[in-house]
Amino acid sequence: MRTLSYLEALNEALKEEMHRDGLVFVMGEDVGKMGGLFKVTQGLLEAFGPQRVIDTPISEAAIAGAGVGSALVGARPIIEFQFLDFITIAMDQIVNHAAKLRYMTGGMVSLPLVVRAPVCGGIGLGAQHSQSLEAWFIHVPGIKVVMPSTPADAKGLLKSAIRDNNPILFLEHRLLYAQSGPVPEGTEYLVPLGVADIKRSGTDITVVATGRTVPLALTAAASLAVQGIEVEVIDPRTLKPLDAATIVRSVRKTNRLVIVNDGWRTCGFAAELMAVIMEESFFDLAAPIQRVCTADVPMPVATPLEKAVMVSEEDIATACRIAVAA
Amino acid sequence: MKRGKSIRDSPDLPRETLLDWYRQMCQIRAFELEILALQKAGLLPGTAHLYIGMEAIAVGACAAMKSDDLLTSTHRGHGHAIARGLDLGRMMAEVLGRSDGCCRGKGGSMHIADIRLGMLGADGIVGGGIPVAVGAGLGTRLKGGHSVVFCFFGEGACNQGSFHESLNMAAIYRLPVVFICENNLWALSAAFLETSAVGSVADRAGSYKIPGEQVDGNDVEAVFTAAYKAASRAQKGLGPSLLECVSYRWEGHSIFTRVEIRPQQEIAKWKRKDPIERFRGHLLRRGIATSNLLQQIDLEVEASLDRAAQFAKNSPPPDRGTAFEDVYS
Repeated sequence: MRTLSYLEALNEALKEEMHRDGLVFVMGEDVGKMGGLFKVTQGLLEAFGPQRVIDTPISEAAIAGAGVGSALVGARPIIEFQFLDFITIAMDQIVNHAAKLRYMTGGMVSLPLVVRAPVCGGIGLGAQHSQSLEAWFIHVPGIKVVMPSTPADAKGLLKSAIRDNNPILFLEHRLLYAQSGPVPEGTEYLVPLGVADIKRSGTDITVVATGRTVPLALTAAASLAVQGIEVEVIDPRTLKPLDAATIVRSVRKTNRLVIVNDGWRTCGFAAELMAVIMEESFFDLAAPIQRVCTADVPMPVATPLEKAVMVSEEDIATACRIAVAA
Repeated sequence: MKRGKSIRDSPDLPRETLLDWYRQMCQIRAFELEILALQKAGLLPGTAHLYIGMEAIAVGACAAMKSDDLLTSTHRGHGHAIARGLDLGRMMAEVLGRSDGCCRGKGGSMHIADIRLGMLGADGIVGGGIPVAVGAGLGTRLKGGHSVVFCFFGEGACNQGSFHESLNMAAIYRLPVVFICENNLWALSAAFLETSAVGSVADRAGSYKIPGEQVDGNDVEAVFTAAYKAASRAQKGLGPSLLECVSYRWEGHSIFTRVEIRPQQEIAKWKRKDPIERFRGHLLRRGIATSNLLQQIDLEVEASLDRAAQFAKNSPPPDRGTAFEDVYS
């Protein structure tokens, strides 16, 4: 199979879906002439023109609102925030409008809106450019939250997100953009929303990891295997809707669970999944569930501090050892 | 209901049109009075923001709309919905939270919508509909359509960041949007002149190099003329305009508002400028209608509201199970 980077996979998905459907368009800061701050939208302006690849002023609320309004009248907007942190300026449109309009109108409208943004730290950009706020949006009914960890998933999930008729927060990770991996050929290669993927099979412990932490969990699993601990690594891929059944099945087999997520520990995705497993699978557990998350502090800039705060491969391996020893 | 040709195709105003405006203004007034009565009877869940005193704005502006035009509205949105031709019974049922409501009882007074009529929704967030209108204009253009978006908001919304972002964006993309500020001089307890650095919302148009015009919001013909001009301009691809319609709400901010801090004299002064009485006087003086004819319209309006209220009251409450539907497509 051919190999693409995560970034190339996203770009290919955008191009294919824009070819497939003339109502799909992209807007955001620097998405056109510059091809996006991280180059995800590179080449789109040349291919599809300024009507469908729209450079905007620095107006996050209006960008989000333009997404909502254009989706309401039947277009299929993809809006980009350069950092998920900037969505805070657009929260009214995302939370009070995009997430609610279908419900408030009794099902009269649908909102095919994709909001793309990179999350998390790792490149020293500090507290206002490094947040993983996925939990905020998982909390709000009416939004779906997608977080791919491989180039193949990035492409297949983005294509599914664009074809879906709901508001979708599509979260990418800067540190993954350069990662390469096999990506199936064909414009109809899709990854369905709401289906988890078992990235590695194992019998001793289940690790549920999201986004950037999936490759970390896989590396940790490889080193634990040498020590005789067989880790099953599950990537939910969509955090909402969550494929809880796949995770529960795995926990019934391994009786141990570690949850890894780049969001903060308190009230994060890991906390929510923990609650789900307590409800669904409490009597299957042989040990307390372990959470590995970003420490509850704003993201610092200095490299050793950033490393201290962010999830590492060692953190995951340690949590697995604790869970197995219990 | 204005499906099909609009009078934007023929700006000479026929007598029937003027009588229709009178009827619509009376309908809005009667609708709001009926809501007050239903609230007193304990039938209203939540609250409602009444449009009494501002009827000329919705009727005059919506008269400039074509059948494929779109509108975004506000928390004080009953007038826009009625002027756009939404069914009175289904609106009333929505306000009462009944199963036959236009949004199945899930939206209520602040979220009335009817996408088939281009009514993209009232909005509970001050300034929340303004960016949506920009998007509707953008989406329409992408689809190759020729709709003009009529974006209603109050003077309070002009102090939201969304107002600035949206007008700037609409101006740079030359989007077909008519921004209609209903300046009723008060945002709950905040007086316009104490909360705005400029004395006229229309003046803010200069920041975006778009036409800005202030009109008497109690003069239905003046509102129509200005909205017609702005919509024609938008349709020609010349971009957005900002229209400030100065008026006054007779009732408190919402039905819930118990404290009235506006001066009683000021309220009384504006009640003497009743837009409906004023238009009625015009119609009589110009010989467009006899008092008999207007009385007949009044009776018809009364009857239509009786029917709407009856329809709403007879509509059963929604099934419990519907609470869990319509979150996702």
